[in-house]
Amino acid sequence: MNIGLEQYLIVSGLLFCFGLLGVVVRRNLLIMYMGLELMLNAANLALVAFSRFNNNLDGQLMVFFIITVAAAEVAVGLALIVALYRKRRSAHVEDLTTLKL
Amino acid sequence: MENALFYIFAALTLLFAFLCVANPFSRNPVTSAMFLVLTMISLAGLFVLLQAFFLAAVQILVYAGAVMVLFLFVIMLLDIKEEERRRFNRFAIALGGVSVIGLGFILFSTIRESKVGAGLKLVAVKGSDTAALGKALFTQYLLPFEIVSVLLLVAMVGVILLSKKDLK
Repeated sequence: MNIGLEQYLIVSGLLFCFGLLGVVVRRNLLIMYMGLELMLNAANLALVAFSRFNNNLDGQLMVFFIITVAAAEVAVGLALIVALYRKRRSAHVEDLTTLKL
Repeated sequence: MENALFYIFAALTLLFAFLCVANPFSRNPVTSAMFLVLTMISLAGLFVLLQAFFLAAVQILVYAGAVMVLFLFVIMLLDIKEEERRRFNRFAIALGGVSVIGLGFILFSTIRESKVGAGLKLVAVKGSDTAALGKALFTQYLLPFEIVSVLLLVAMVGVILLSKKDLK
């Protein structure tokens, strides 16, 4: 069987589901963050597959921007986690139930 | 050959991704981070199969290089022993698993039903298209490119401000 767009999209969908599993099931902020990264990468894979099968470079450019924005997002998010940890001595969502510090 | 490579890389990507978020043997965040690196690398393999060589290189440089180093630094700053002492809430796991399986089923059946790749034929690409990518980036996509550079600057300033000792 030849590999088509469908197979790539199914891999991408499964990858997205694993990312979501990490965000929903795990309670550690860092691992939830890794789940977010997995979901972003699933979107990247789908975009690259669309770009390849439609013979159009726009998808790849979008992935380029997504990677850049994800890097910025990781930097800010991890800085927030560290700042939160300094105040509350915990990186667990179950301990972070109040809006006030 | 290409089909076999696709199956190998896809299986590796999914296996490592699963081990990253739900490793049955270890709940250490460092293990998760290492599996995330492996996921990124096998995903870069899939990008190569899709003829996106430049993106594969960027994926390894930015994700496996920069982002993961950042993750590991932060893991070292936090208390990782605490994670292993925690107990899981069974009800939350069951509910989360069911909702994720539901979403997966919806995605799978949508992709199957829509026959999205039916009319698309693969066109052979000669060599690398990095030059075309660069040209599009600096002509058609110049404005988003500049905005992204400003965004990186904003993120940098924000991170420096956030990591100051006394947040006011």
